[in-house]
Amino acid sequence: MRDAPHRFAAIQRLLHWLMAACIIAMLFIGVGMVSTVMPDYLPLIRIHETLGVALLVLVVIRLALRLHYGAPPLPADLPPGIKLGARLSHLALYGFMVVMPLLGLGMLWAAAYPVVLYGGIHIPAFLPQSDRGHTLLWNAHVYLGLAFFALVLLHLAAALFHALIRRDGVFRSIALFPLHDKTTPAE
Amino acid sequence: MTQSGNLPRSRVGSLVLIAAVLGGGATAFAYTAGWLSPGRLTPERMIAALAPPAGPSLGHRRNHAKGICFTGVFEANGNGVELSSAKVFERGTYPALGRFNLGTADPNAVDATVRVRGLGLQIAAADGEEWRMALINPPVFAVSTPQAFHDLLIASGKKDPEAMKIFIQANPEFTAFATWAKTAPWTASYAEEPYHGLDSFIFTDAKGGEHAVRWSLLPMAQVTPISEAELEERGPDFLEQEIAERIRIAGPQRWIMVTTVADPGDPTADPSKAWPESRRKVEVGTLVVQRIEPEQDGPCRDINFDPTVLPKGIRVSDDPFPAARSSVYRKSYDLRAAEARDYPRTGMAKP
Ligand code: HEM
Ligand code: HEM
Repeated sequence: MRDAPHRFAAIQRLLHWLMAACIIAMLFIGVGMVSTVMPDYLPLIRIHETLGVALLVLVVIRLALRLHYGAPPLPADLPPGIKLGARLSHLALYGFMVVMPLLGLGMLWAAAYPVVLYGGIHIPAFLPQSDRGHTLLWNAHVYLGLAFFALVLLHLAAALFHALIRRDGVFRSIALFPLHDKTTPAE
Repeated sequence: MTQSGNLPRSRVGSLVLIAAVLGGGATAFAYTAGWLSPGRLTPERMIAALAPPAGPSLGHRRNHAKGICFTGVFEANGNGVELSSAKVFERGTYPALGRFNLGTADPNAVDATVRVRGLGLQIAAADGEEWRMALINPPVFAVSTPQAFHDLLIASGKKDPEAMKIFIQANPEFTAFATWAKTAPWTASYAEEPYHGLDSFIFTDAKGGEHAVRWSLLPMAQVTPISEAELEERGPDFLEQEIAERIRIAGPQRWIMVTTVADPGDPTADPSKAWPESRRKVEVGTLVVQRIEPEQDGPCRDINFDPTVLPKGIRVSDDPFPAARSSVYRKSYDLRAAEARDYPRTGMAKP
């Protein structure tokens, strides 16, 4: 059975898993670095900034691919409420991917910190120092970061639900390698 | 949903697996964030230990809270190029911005009650790079590790006189600092103080050679010792009035920046241990302080003199303090910026 049209393009699947790993790393590094005074703090924050900016570049590419290729349809038998939830949660995930790095950069600019990534890449400031601006961006980065993690967990739960319980081909559509579904697809 | 209900056992197994993945993920996250380890030394705990019994002064720095801004230049003489490829060492004049301050969490402290004086400094190189530092006047730091600094804050905040004795027993390195605090002369001017970086950093020269260094700013002004009592008589805010007055009348004030190069084996990881006097010293330039401005609307207010903001050619060493300071200063900055309303600007400068 060929199911090519039921899957994301290979480049989309690759980006999905690459970014998933990096985002989970970003979330853990984020909460880990702000709760330590040990020497690791410095490399962690440098990795956080560098990887965060790299993810901003990747999400732009990913959104362009998404617009170009689209996405395979969800299973026809999925209840409309769940379908809506899936669409909205995916939209929210893209939103977090775009907004989190921008907030991170903005908050450093608004605090007059130079942003210097690994490789000596210096990102010039596009915002002036501002107490109010920094506070707003900082709070948004912290609280949206936690919300992002919650949504990632929900996404993971849904993915496993599709893969293990519904076995409806949704997980297969994004899997990095072709999977052999042992059950017959639900149709 | 043809398969639902067909495989109840594997379904239960799958649900358990999903729950385990989520629970495990959430627990790992909570652990990483320190939520499960109340004993971890976090920036928050360090900030809490710095706060006086009556609580912190909102809107102000959580330590070295009393201070005044200055602007001026750093005149590099070119000697530093041999040690570090940082642009600020190339012969030339670079804009400098800084802050004279007192080592206290109370922005209204009486000058004569604070032993440690400090200087925050930011030097801008032509290529947009910055070098920030925060230096103090004792020749050694009080303790060997950030954890010991936290313990010192806790012990010195206790009413029980035994607490400090117990602390000193556990941290004997403290005696060098305590001796300095007891015996070193006081001065009546920020301009007459030396300021020492204390922490060790690594300079990388153009050929890739590495040099462990510490640096100090040594005053060119004539030093006139005075007693603590005499200083007290001059008033609670004498130092800020004096430095503004001195520069208005006598013109810019200068400090020579002296870099001390470690010999192999010198302790770089412990700022409470001085290096032998005989170590090689290189004068790399002069800090010229040209103008004083009150902190409330001044340019130093919004700068975090984070000692890990370094240009290419300078990096941290195995000294654990710069990382600890960076994480705690960031937290202090986050807090004071959020509390700006409690320390309102007078409105002459930007909002
Ligand atoms: C996908 C992108 C990103 C994610 C998921 C992310 C996530 C996080 C999380 C979870 C925290 C910890 C918040 C807390 O508990 O206090 C954090 C903190 C931080 N992030 Fe990010 N971040 C991202 C991108 C960036 C970028 C691009 C930068 C800067 C270039 C940045 C700079 C920071 C800084 C400086 C902190 C410490 C904030 C503070 O407490 O002062 N982040 N981030
Ligand atoms: C783990 C040890 C230390 C802790 C927790 C600590 C904590 C702090 C905090 C919270 C601030 C206020 C930062 C801000 O809001 O911008 C500060 C400022 C300062 N610290 Fe430290 N500090 C430590 C070690 C040192 C050392 C080793 C030095 C000197 C060699 C030093 C010199 C200064 C100076 C001069 C300032 C004032 C900078 C300014 O004008 O903004 N500190 N410190």
